[in-house]
Amino acid sequence: MKKAYDEMYAPDGAVREHYKRYASWLQKMPNEVITRKRKAADVAFHRAGITFAVYGEANSKERLIPFDIVPRIIPALEWQRMEQGLRQRVRALNAFLHDIYHDQEIIKAGRIPAQQILGNSQFRKEMVGVDVPEGIYAHIAGVDLVRADHGTTEGEYYVLEDNLRTPSGVSYMLENRKMMMRLFPDLFTRQQVAPVEHYPDLLLNSMRSVAPKGVTEPNVVVLTPGQYNSAYFEHTFLAQQMGVDLVDGNDLFVRNETVYMRTTEGPRRVDVIYRRIDDDFLDPQVFNKDSMLGVPGLFSAYRAGNVTLANAVGTGIADDKAIYVHVPEMIRFYCGEEPILSNVPTWELSKADDCKYVLEHLAELVVKEVHGSGGYGMLVGPTSSKQEIEDFRAKILAEPSNYIAQPTLALSTCPTYVDSGVAPRHIDLRPYVLSGKEITMVPGGLTRVALKEGSLVVNSSQGGGTKDTWVLEN
Amino acid sequence: MLSSTADHLYWMARSLERAENTARMLDVTLRMSLLKQVLLEPHHEWRAMLSISGLHEDFEARYDVPSAENVLHFMALDLQNPGSIYNSIYKARENARAVRGTITSEMWEALNATWLQMKQIQADGIDEDGISKFFEWVKERAHLSRGIAHGTMLRDDTFRFIRLGNFLERADNTARILDVKYHILLPSPKDIGGAADYYQWSAVLRSVSSFESYRKIYRDQITPKRVSELLILRQDMARSLISCVNEVQRLLHELDGPNSAALLARCDALHARMHATNINDIFEQGLHEYLSEFLEEIYQLGDLINTSYFWSTDEHPSLSQTQTA
Repeated sequence: MKKAYDEMYAPDGAVREHYKRYASWLQKMPNEVITRKRKAADVAFHRAGITFAVYGEANSKERLIPFDIVPRIIPALEWQRMEQGLRQRVRALNAFLHDIYHDQEIIKAGRIPAQQILGNSQFRKEMVGVDVPEGIYAHIAGVDLVRADHGTTEGEYYVLEDNLRTPSGVSYMLENRKMMMRLFPDLFTRQQVAPVEHYPDLLLNSMRSVAPKGVTEPNVVVLTPGQYNSAYFEHTFLAQQMGVDLVDGNDLFVRNETVYMRTTEGPRRVDVIYRRIDDDFLDPQVFNKDSMLGVPGLFSAYRAGNVTLANAVGTGIADDKAIYVHVPEMIRFYCGEEPILSNVPTWELSKADDCKYVLEHLAELVVKEVHGSGGYGMLVGPTSSKQEIEDFRAKILAEPSNYIAQPTLALSTCPTYVDSGVAPRHIDLRPYVLSGKEITMVPGGLTRVALKEGSLVVNSSQGGGTKDTWVLEN
Repeated sequence: MLSSTADHLYWMARSLERAENTARMLDVTLRMSLLKQVLLEPHHEWRAMLSISGLHEDFEARYDVPSAENVLHFMALDLQNPGSIYNSIYKARENARAVRGTITSEMWEALNATWLQMKQIQADGIDEDGISKFFEWVKERAHLSRGIAHGTMLRDDTFRFIRLGNFLERADNTARILDVKYHILLPSPKDIGGAADYYQWSAVLRSVSSFESYRKIYRDQITPKRVSELLILRQDMARSLISCVNEVQRLLHELDGPNSAALLARCDALHARMHATNINDIFEQGLHEYLSEFLEEIYQLGDLINTSYFWSTDEHPSLSQTQTA
């Protein structure tokens, strides 16, 4: 396979312009210092308990997500274009969600087949006709971007998926910056790196701007599934940074379609819930009956407009893989603009031509189940055996419309510290887009890195690490 | 404040205080066991220590003889004993973890580091020479956490619930430590005033860091009555029952939630009784009887704190007003 696009080095081996200052600094840095700093970072993360838990292990494992000290650097102009593209995309996605839970104009206009929306398990009938403040559904969107050479374009950004349910990871973005500034303060005097520390303020403003009608001093809370959730650290972190209460389902109850929290002063009304619990577990009276995490009656309060949930119920329909292919069309339909950010070219196996092509090229492609997530129900052609491919072919033939396929992109690489020294490793980028009365975001996002050589899997549960992400200001 | 947050803060403090006092209680028992007493059956003091802590059934189910080695392991490192120092530190840390956004980061980091070290100590084991060092370590970590709370925290309800947990647990534990003596000493009049008696009472004093204070205050020989007076009724003693009750009463009045009338009444009554009594009355009633009654009162206060502040159903007296509003 052709060498992947490298963020730091041009194909001829020269350091790219925006990495020059960093590279000259790194070159002068003795190896012992780097080793010492890497150890210091590990100790600091451990002491601070910045860990993620592994499900079902109450007492034992809390792991660190490996932190790499080589930053991912993005030039100012590149970010500006990316930011415009993200704003446009999230605006369209929110418009789409409002539309399909109300008049369904996009279906009537024949731009997306009705069956793909109404027959989708992620479509929440309960949400039809429910009005939400400012018409915003995806208050927090974590849009996964990858960069790759594809066809004739070099180093193009592609949207891999739109995470519109409960995207996580933003606490690592903030902690990574804090760690870099603590370890290498001099780096930040050498060049202007756009700050990200105000993210919690933007988040709180965003939450307050979507409070129920008539509430002037909204009580905002963060709702967590509890301390054994893998992202619990992030839940406490965000609540603390916003200066609001972190609650679990047991802290809340509903009376007269109003949500209250139990306090030492008695019941107190709750207006906005930044929830980190999936739709299914929110309210056992409406969704999963066995849920112990949610709040009975919460959905009734929500429907009545007495509490705002962020993100809204039912956003899963917009980040579903079957819907993904239609996002460029949504942008044209709702914004009247051409999409700024590209989708990864995608074949829909529900279409006969696409299906035929994909079945002939299985060994080169990535095939994904439309409702699957976390790598389940997925075929990565180039790394699969003949038998695996044939088994998957049978599954596809049984229900083609259940699958999409994409080319295997060689994600861009960034120099990374590994056991053998510094080596290129594949990365992605997740910027966080906040929607309230207006759209806000901090420059950059979370860069995840696949620490295994050649691996394209950046998930923290599978040996992925993170890097600080710098957007340069100039 | 969220009821569950207050609950975690309170139990964080109680668990850490419990860890510290368990170390103190083991320390006094160890000191006493070193004083050979032919009259006593073997392991008498360790048996006593278990029954005071209410853990003898659990111990007997899993251990053989209550030897020093067995009881020390059971009370310090046993993973299955909910009252072991190991588990008290675990609970303190888990409660802190649940409210790490509410306490200062120094506070959290200190508790987290304590837990990480505790795990290591548990894995390595403690030998005979190490046991006193271990007790010192537990005390130091508790001192550190309280010091950090004092030095870094906003004086709001967060701080008050932590202090409330500290003093309620300390009242309970000091009473139990004082009661150790009752359980250990055979009620044989000829022992009273003897050398063994002297060493036992001084071990009690040392275990609650009060030996020097005793000397300063009484400038006289150590007698059971004075030790009891010191640890029950002296308001200037940091760990005495009355100063714990003073603090608890002050904190409860500062917190004064909408549902705390019964709690305040009960605490005020205990406070008033303690201020009206003297050591002769207590000895007339019997020290053990007095301490048992006191422990019951502390238990009842804990119960009322639960219903007043950590209410866990959606029934609350003020709810009827909320509904009509």
